[in-house]
Amino acid sequence: MRDHFIKRLSELAEHDSRIMLVTGDLGFRVFDEYRRRFPEQFINAGVAEQNMTGIATGMAMEGRIVFTYSIANFPTLRCLEQIRNDACYHGANVKVVSIGGGFSYGALGISHHATEDLAIMRSLPDITVVSPCGCWETMEATDAIVNTPGTCYFRLDKSAGDDAPLDKEDKFKIGKARVLREGNDCAIIVTGGILEEVWQAAELLEGRGISARIVSMHTIKPLDRETILQVCRDVGVIITVEEHTIYGGLGGAVAETLLDNGVLPRAFLRIGLEAGFSSIVGSQQYLRKRYGLDAESICNRIQAMSIH
Amino acid sequence: MDTIELAKQIRIHALKMTSRGGSSHIGAALSIADILAVLYGGFLNVDPANPHKPDRDRFILSKGHAGAAVYAALAEIGFFPVEKLNTYYQDGSDLSGHVSHKGILGVELSTGSLGHGLSIGVGIALDAKLSEKTHRVFVLLSDGECDEGSNWEAILFAAHYKLDNLIAIIDYNKYQALASVAKTLDLEPFTDKWKSFGWQVREVNGHDHAGIKNALKDLPANKDKPTVIIAHTIKGRGVSFMEENAVLWHYRCAKGEEFEMALKELESAS
Repeated sequence: MRDHFIKRLSELAEHDSRIMLVTGDLGFRVFDEYRRRFPEQFINAGVAEQNMTGIATGMAMEGRIVFTYSIANFPTLRCLEQIRNDACYHGANVKVVSIGGGFSYGALGISHHATEDLAIMRSLPDITVVSPCGCWETMEATDAIVNTPGTCYFRLDKSAGDDAPLDKEDKFKIGKARVLREGNDCAIIVTGGILEEVWQAAELLEGRGISARIVSMHTIKPLDRETILQVCRDVGVIITVEEHTIYGGLGGAVAETLLDNGVLPRAFLRIGLEAGFSSIVGSQQYLRKRYGLDAESICNRIQAMSIH
Repeated sequence: MDTIELAKQIRIHALKMTSRGGSSHIGAALSIADILAVLYGGFLNVDPANPHKPDRDRFILSKGHAGAAVYAALAEIGFFPVEKLNTYYQDGSDLSGHVSHKGILGVELSTGSLGHGLSIGVGIALDAKLSEKTHRVFVLLSDGECDEGSNWEAILFAAHYKLDNLIAIIDYNKYQALASVAKTLDLEPFTDKWKSFGWQVREVNGHDHAGIKNALKDLPANKDKPTVIIAHTIKGRGVSFMEENAVLWHYRCAKGEEFEMALKELESAS
């Protein structure tokens, strides 16, 4: 996702001098070409995320579109108040990019596990929260974010699912979920690169006689309520999957939407992280398996639901 | 209106506003009245008739808790009617205790949490440099606010990027919320700290208008360096019993007889 983001951002920066990229001293080699091509549109703010977000807001207030960039929780939680008071409250065109959603940096320890960011960021007023499921959505979302005024959180993942457009009509739109796979027994609503596990889980379920619809919820805020309600009315069984705590993220948002609108699923399951911190480290694949987020675990948990 | 009269009006407004609203921070507002009077009394390139003009100087109050004084200055020079000041801190008002820009012409930035304004000023100054714009950026901070690490991130950055269009002004009244600065987290040697971070430093008596005007002359003080003006001030300046107990008057609100005494002193000032 990261490389697709940079590629598209470079294409946009070439034609739009308002675009500015500010990194918090991260992105070794990643920005070499961008930096060479657009030296005037690149700043390394050093290891100073509060100031990074502040100067991004200042530049955005003067008409620029400023991407801040770092990994895991550094561009979000470290400078949350700057995002809230400065960027969001002033409607500033600050686009906060974090590479490393969930366990992308699993082996680096809990400081690098971005497992509450969606819940925290979506609770802020006047922000758009985008968490693409794959590389196509990442590229499309980069375009869309540039063209969406105001503050945005853009959560990128090291992993990526197959999110290729289904046909020519399949366009990316912020706040509009995409149905990636048809199915009538249950619907799996997913956000982030863990889509790759969900695809495999759906195939496994198919083999066990359960037909699963897959919905990419690449935008967490504004949430596509219409699609959530429609899918629930169609299918009746809703599962959410996110590499993130189950508290307050995608699963929480979907549950709120269903209850608030009186559309109740026959069965409902939030798949995500339920335990606290993971002092255990490992690769993204290892940690997914350990916490029941791999394809096999997802499949088994859905199979155990009262679907029919 | 000359700057001395403007400072007097800012003080009287701030006292009335905070007393009517029952709000804190009168000491902090009185402390910066003279600095604001010089800035808004003809120094800053701002125009109430054209509040968003692109080449205006940007002024940021980073010590947002002294917002009453900025609202008063803006109203006095015509950004909005003076009567609006009566709504400060009242139910339903948009004049919040900490300075807010929403719906308030002349306010560039909402602040209230300390340690935010300087970074944003740095961003505006950096944009101006990159775009070859000529306006300047003034950020007024408190001394206690310099405890916030975020300021030192901004201070490092501004010097590194040679932002000589950025001027920080420190309201160095030597008192913060619970005690003196010296007893809380001592900033001294303060001037040396700024110098060692690559800033050009000017020191001034923050209540001497001629001195403040002089400190603001010929900016940047040094090409390629941001400037800091360390303004030595007195918290609660203009009201003797507040000056004598600066810690108390960080939070205390003047009511009844105290209000009358304070008002009398401010109105009789020449």
